[in-house]
Amino acid sequence: MLLRHTTKEIKERKALTINPAKTCQPIGAMYAALGIHNCLPHSHGSQGCCSYHRSTLTRHYKEPVMAGTSSFTEGASVFGGQANLIQAIDTIFTVYDPDVIAVHTTCLSETIGDDIPQIARKADADGKIPGGKYVIHANTPSYVGTHVTGFATMTKAMVDYFAESKGPKIDQINIIPGYVEPSDMEEVKRILSQLGIKSVMFPDTSNVLNRPQTGRYDMFPKGGVTVEALRTTGSSRATIALGRLASGPAARALDSKCKVPCEILELPIGLLATDAFVDTLRRVCGVSVPESINNERGQLLDIITDMHQYFYGKKVGLVGDPDQLISLAEFLVSIDMWPIYVVTGTEGKKFESKIREITRDVPHEVKVVAGGDMFLFHQWIKNEPVDLMMGNTYLKYISRDEDIPFVRFGFPILDRVGHSYFPTVGYRGGMRLLEKILDALLDRNDRTSPEESFELVL
Amino acid sequence: MAPSKIDPAIEIEAIDPGALKAELVAKYPTKVGRKRAKQIVVNRVDECADIPEIGANSRTIPGIITQRGCSYAGCKGVVLGPTRDIINLTHGPIGCGFYSWLTRRNQTKPKGEGDANFIPYCFSTDLHDEDIVFGGEKKLKAAIREAYETFKPKAISIFSTCPVGLIGDDVHSVAREMKAELGINIFGFSCEGYKGVSQSAGHHIANNGIFKHVIGLDDTAREGKFKINMLGEYNIGGDAFEIERIMDNAGITLISTFSGNSTYDSFTNAHTADLNTVMCHRSINYVAEMMEKKYGIPWIKVNFVGAASTAKSLRKIASYFEDEELIERVESIVAEEMVEVEKVRLDVKARCEGKLAMLFVGGSRAHHYQDLFREIGMKTIAAGYEFAHRDDYEGRAVLPDIKVDADSRNIEELDIEPDPERFSPRKSEEALERLKEKGFRFKDYDGMMAEMENGTLVIDDISQYETEKLIEIYKPAIFCAGIKEKYAVQKQGIPMKQLHNYDSGGPYAGFKGAVNFWQEIDRMVNTKIWSYLKAPWQKAPELSATYAWE
Repeated sequence: MLLRHTTKEIKERKALTINPAKTCQPIGAMYAALGIHNCLPHSHGSQGCCSYHRSTLTRHYKEPVMAGTSSFTEGASVFGGQANLIQAIDTIFTVYDPDVIAVHTTCLSETIGDDIPQIARKADADGKIPGGKYVIHANTPSYVGTHVTGFATMTKAMVDYFAESKGPKIDQINIIPGYVEPSDMEEVKRILSQLGIKSVMFPDTSNVLNRPQTGRYDMFPKGGVTVEALRTTGSSRATIALGRLASGPAARALDSKCKVPCEILELPIGLLATDAFVDTLRRVCGVSVPESINNERGQLLDIITDMHQYFYGKKVGLVGDPDQLISLAEFLVSIDMWPIYVVTGTEGKKFESKIREITRDVPHEVKVVAGGDMFLFHQWIKNEPVDLMMGNTYLKYISRDEDIPFVRFGFPILDRVGHSYFPTVGYRGGMRLLEKILDALLDRNDRTSPEESFELVL
Repeated sequence: MAPSKIDPAIEIEAIDPGALKAELVAKYPTKVGRKRAKQIVVNRVDECADIPEIGANSRTIPGIITQRGCSYAGCKGVVLGPTRDIINLTHGPIGCGFYSWLTRRNQTKPKGEGDANFIPYCFSTDLHDEDIVFGGEKKLKAAIREAYETFKPKAISIFSTCPVGLIGDDVHSVAREMKAELGINIFGFSCEGYKGVSQSAGHHIANNGIFKHVIGLDDTAREGKFKINMLGEYNIGGDAFEIERIMDNAGITLISTFSGNSTYDSFTNAHTADLNTVMCHRSINYVAEMMEKKYGIPWIKVNFVGAASTAKSLRKIASYFEDEELIERVESIVAEEMVEVEKVRLDVKARCEGKLAMLFVGGSRAHHYQDLFREIGMKTIAAGYEFAHRDDYEGRAVLPDIKVDADSRNIEELDIEPDPERFSPRKSEEALERLKEKGFRFKDYDGMMAEMENGTLVIDDISQYETEKLIEIYKPAIFCAGIKEKYAVQKQGIPMKQLHNYDSGGPYAGFKGAVNFWQEIDRMVNTKIWSYLKAPWQKAPELSATYAWE
């Protein structure tokens, strides 16, 4: 057994986290910053933070992930990191020449209280920031929130630093896609283009973290939202934010800063959440939904109706991030699956009540915890197993020990490819999720069913 | 870029490494350039074996895009992570524990279902803002109690992350208190990420802690005629298993490995060995030195990366014990193992000879893996370490000349005295003389540069910019570094092998490891997949005016 020490008996823990279902804020800020064109994320702290974040993002995307670090030593930790950050700004603009340096803080620089805007002003006064270049920042202490809130904070910083409401409104909307894969961002843009809607998406990691192999490496690839486009977000007609936790703060900031009205929706994962997304687009932008989208919806629904017998009543355990889990749980409930264990490492009472509301008609006890860990999740499973688990790669240890079918979903996925190329949002994303769920369930069935009931046609 | 068809040797001769160095340095702001100039050296080993000085173990330049990590990574991630039955508890916000959870590919093999194995688990106090404000000691104590109640481990170690040092949590006093309360060994490491200038500080802190709190706790003498410890071997991709296999065959007893496939008990007993063999000099030489001073165990440098190096190291161990039977057994093992090794080596060499490699990794691997490349005729044109010191580059002879700067001075140097009861020289003065006369060298490490050709480039703490430039100029057949560098290199059309965690491969140590590595390099440098970079219409973009069938 891999997780041989996980006990069936559950003891209350107040201080010890075992096998976390979350990580820290700065990595989310780094991921968001990679969604700005010509931007180098910068970690203001010890160099280990930057190394860990780059490594984890690289393992997840199998793509270059570049970022700078202030490389704090003991001296900087005592006297403050101003000299380090100014040196970093000078070195980065001289050597790598990005348009934007997106600084995020760490537990170290937050504990000593470094003031990033003040340091950036000093760097500017010292002539270290060339004309037309920017240093933006987000406060992301690792002891507050999780990777999801770090993403939200850096996304909001894009509004704080760049959004302008000069001049007339522009016929476009803002889309804040949430902490999702580059493939998902691409898919959202495709849906918008099908509806004939002009938009600015931020951040946008498509063509950054799923870029092609061409034999040529550019530190700053084609993708990412440009500073110019970010400026115009203040003049857009509306903002649609996907995922309350990851995208809500930026949407509200645009509303209060530039009076751009916003709709904050759940991530469009699954039939109903995608329906809500498309319908909102239709209403807000005054467009009609084209036949191509109806077709995709119909195809998703077709899989659901064709294969309903394999979904019905299956118990599912979910681990992941709040925005994803809310939509995913709703999707599963909508096809008559039973998400009976739902764990996120990100704390929040609203999450628990939302999941309770979604699962209220599930004819089984549903355990849900925000701020939980995978050790507890595993203990629940030891007490009553599930038919399927969905979550990040770390679940594979439970999957193997307990012999439970497993679909990789969320962050990080360290051992499979596909997530950065094939979306799980939209109707097509829903189709891919169902394909994966069915593969996992039916492969298991084919492997273990008695010979006499082994079936050719399923 | 597609693999070059021109003979690389001719192209390479046209490159002036001195001019390239000047070009690399010129890109930086003046002060940064001056600092980098000290860390970029054109290798030249003269007849007196004098080696140019290189700047190493100095502060990373902020913003340069470094490969380096932190002290916590060196302490928890590298040195203590591979031990399976100690609960490694990260005291800090969640990130550090999360990122170091199972990501280094340290393998371990518990003896049966009842044997403890905590490697698949991540333990953290997950500090929140209120803990940062009011202190985290209370939470740490509670976490230790909870860990003990659920898992009943033999030992718990505590790893401090950055904010822990800043808010003044005393992890050592908490460890002492909890040790007294729970009756198991509990010890802490002040390995906050800002200590030192790289992972190296964390190695030293780990060495100190394991020496102070664990080594020497159990005096039980184990069976075995030739008892050694293997230091600086972390069982990435199963390396330790291959070394264990070879040692078993040779009849050499491995008392403990630090720390691949290791257990707490093996550490407590390590001082009963008669020889310490050091693989990764950088990360573990401190323990070797301290064990020699306290217990009288001599240490030698070995290298089990590369087939010839493995044979050489085995012979060195055998000659230390001066036992004819062992010497003969080692010879017969080498002869037997080398049959398959040579077959593969010659086969692979036929396809790899003359190709160029670059290695920028670690504190010993950039050196050790040059042996494997050399054995298949590949030349290392540039190499460097991520976190090594001058002695790893220039050899231990420079140790007295190394200036200790403020960052290193902050890392504790333990004052070690011979143990009044347990110090026992393993060799008599006469035996030592006899060995030395035969050319046997203790505590010997000549470093990387002595074995590299003149005119090759040696670069410490290479930056992303320098990496890209080197690849552009030399177009090597393969580049070796870590995960952060991997895909930027491969996007340039050059295969990239991770030598921290071996991507998905291994073992690469020992005889079987050499075979694995060569087959892997053969796959990487000779595959046709790099020839597909251009689509047909990109190779011949002329448009024809009509459909072909018209």
